[in-house]
Amino acid sequence: MGRRQEDIGSGGSSLSPRVIFPNKILPYLLVAPQLAITAVFFYWPASQALYQSMLREDPFGLNSKFVWFDNFARVLADPNYLNSVRVTAVFSLATAFVAMAVALLLAVMADKVVRGRGIYRTLMIWPYAVAPAIAGMLWLFLFNPSIGSLAYMLRWLGINWDPLLNGPQAMVLVVAAAAWKQISYNFLFFVAGLQAIPRTLIEAAAIDGAGETKRFWTIVFPLLAPTTFFLLVINTTYAFFDTFGIIHAVTGGGPGKATETLVYKVYNDGFVNLILGDSAAQSVILMVIVIALTAFQFRFVERKVHYG
Amino acid sequence: MKFQGLAAGAAAAFTLLSTSSAFAVTEISWWHAMTGANNEVVEQLSKEFNESQGDYKIVPVFKGTYPETLNAGIAAFRAKQPPAIMQVFDVGTGVMMAAEGAVKPVAEILSMGGGTFDKSQYLPGIVAYYSKPDGTMLSFPYNSSSPILYYNKDIFEKAGLDVNNPPKTWPEVWEAARKIKTSGAASCGYTSTWLTWIHLENFASWNDLQYATHENGLADTNVELKFNSPIFVKHFQEIADLAKDGVFRYGGRTSEAKQIFLAGECGIFTESSGGLGDIVKSGMNYGIGQLPYEPDAKGAPQNTTPGGASLWVFGGKSDEEYKGVAEFFKFLSKTDIQARLHQVSGYLPVTLAAYEETKKSGFYDKNPGRETPILQMMGKAPTENSKGVRLVNLPQVRDIQNEEFEKMLAGEQTAQQALDNAVQRGNAAIQQALGN
Repeated sequence: MGRRQEDIGSGGSSLSPRVIFPNKILPYLLVAPQLAITAVFFYWPASQALYQSMLREDPFGLNSKFVWFDNFARVLADPNYLNSVRVTAVFSLATAFVAMAVALLLAVMADKVVRGRGIYRTLMIWPYAVAPAIAGMLWLFLFNPSIGSLAYMLRWLGINWDPLLNGPQAMVLVVAAAAWKQISYNFLFFVAGLQAIPRTLIEAAAIDGAGETKRFWTIVFPLLAPTTFFLLVINTTYAFFDTFGIIHAVTGGGPGKATETLVYKVYNDGFVNLILGDSAAQSVILMVIVIALTAFQFRFVERKVHYG
Repeated sequence: MKFQGLAAGAAAAFTLLSTSSAFAVTEISWWHAMTGANNEVVEQLSKEFNESQGDYKIVPVFKGTYPETLNAGIAAFRAKQPPAIMQVFDVGTGVMMAAEGAVKPVAEILSMGGGTFDKSQYLPGIVAYYSKPDGTMLSFPYNSSSPILYYNKDIFEKAGLDVNNPPKTWPEVWEAARKIKTSGAASCGYTSTWLTWIHLENFASWNDLQYATHENGLADTNVELKFNSPIFVKHFQEIADLAKDGVFRYGGRTSEAKQIFLAGECGIFTESSGGLGDIVKSGMNYGIGQLPYEPDAKGAPQNTTPGGASLWVFGGKSDEEYKGVAEFFKFLSKTDIQARLHQVSGYLPVTLAAYEETKKSGFYDKNPGRETPILQMMGKAPTENSKGVRLVNLPQVRDIQNEEFEKMLAGEQTAQQALDNAVQRGNAAIQQALGN
């Protein structure tokens, strides 16, 4: 997080003096707690998952057999797995895009407010404090075909609203709930990013006759690139991993398998269907996907980012 | 790792302290999934048992939902620290039975406590479901229920239907449901919770139809699903047609449809007898009928099968603990305890004596409908098709069925396609779970 603040501020801290430790062991001691935590909470479980992914055993672990990559082969050949890859792609892209676009719009609007700016911002940030499962329940109630008030309005408008059976509608519902939850967070960063843009640039453009839209796309948006990039990474990981609670509460992966994302399938196969080997293999694949995705974003997308 | 060590140390210290204060009392942990009023019953029963004697202490621990409790028990077993007693829902029965080395049959435990275990005292339909093919009872039935029909009397009256005569067969239900919709008495005619449990598993037993080979999995684990025979297809196509016309409303995979019925949107409703409490509480003018049957089926109505949960005992505990478990199960089987449990909670009584006692007390005369699920289960001796369904991976098979039903109800496929797909995918999943 420390680094982010600098990114959003002005161009890093290359001028700060370099600290040199005379003691050879002290630096290692200082990093040790962090390394220990990473080892215990990441490397150890990750290696366990890797081991489990090559086992085939019953839920109680009474019989187990080492099968090398059989579980991976079966998972990758499963049409339902490929379906959940597709569902995840649609869901993550839509969630990240909606969450960021709406947040940017709100941030730009809130930046224009002169009176009561603080109140606006506080109200915008509130939803972030809501737990995912509760956010899910909230949306579920609003859009529940039989008791939801918004569902009632949709039906009144002549829309045949039934996310319990209609796959695309269920997808819209989970994307809306997941994006809504993330808008506040994005909003916060966009507001900070907007504040860092020098007024003089915008004023100069205004004097040159550039309209509001033109000023936004040629000055504000490019200068926000570092923030936007950071949020893209965060939102993608959010959509991949942190939306389980929402999907679990709203659709449970249904109807059919219309909203079963990769994470949800890992849970379902492991904890409901008790097929531990397949579930572990899926979580290993998921880990590889997210590492690759983040590496890709840093390698290729960040090049295009202009750190003012 | 470090944390585990610490926690274990703390737990050990705590155990030492607690054992020294209450000398020679054997603690027996009971993991369960009961919430609300049912949780109070669990606490109350444990308290009464602990006060009734001084040798054993039942310690109930709430572990979350049914699947969460099952998972916690499995994880604890793998960590070699399982509880003595664990409550497992009906669907998890096959999972537990497949783990023969992990559990200790209840029949064995009950005879260990010094007495002999007489199976004939228990309700046959329930005992059959929780027994091995050779008749050994494996788990202790704690809360059992069966699906029945509920109907909204106000809606029936508005639709011009006979308020005192609920539909008895499925064709009668469809006809009444259509009348409710067309007369405008309600926006939907019929809805149901648990399509898998009510319209497949109980539809099979109630109409004496084969769901799967090997007595629906009770006789052997290597089963082949058979629920895509013409009579099932006809039944589901009828539901799909009603859904298309808006006469049938889908609520969800488990008990979500109860909301629709409680909101007065649908006139007829099939749901577990355990769901009665909420309907009574809502103040609705309701009526109860038997689960409808299919008149084309030869043996219908046969008998319904139990849902709910039973208590499993883990292996590898000390004899002392098993004796305590046996004492506790005997306590639970007492007629006055069972009769009270049945009358307060709406669960079915486990013993015949408790049923007779409740009948004698006039409870059923005052609460018509409460006897319906028992009569449904006891009416006839169970056949090969009607002892229930047991699969090593029933939760997964139900998921598959639900997915196919949802596609069918959305109009993406016919009933024939839905059931064929469910059978085919289900068979593949069973073979995988068996490790073949």
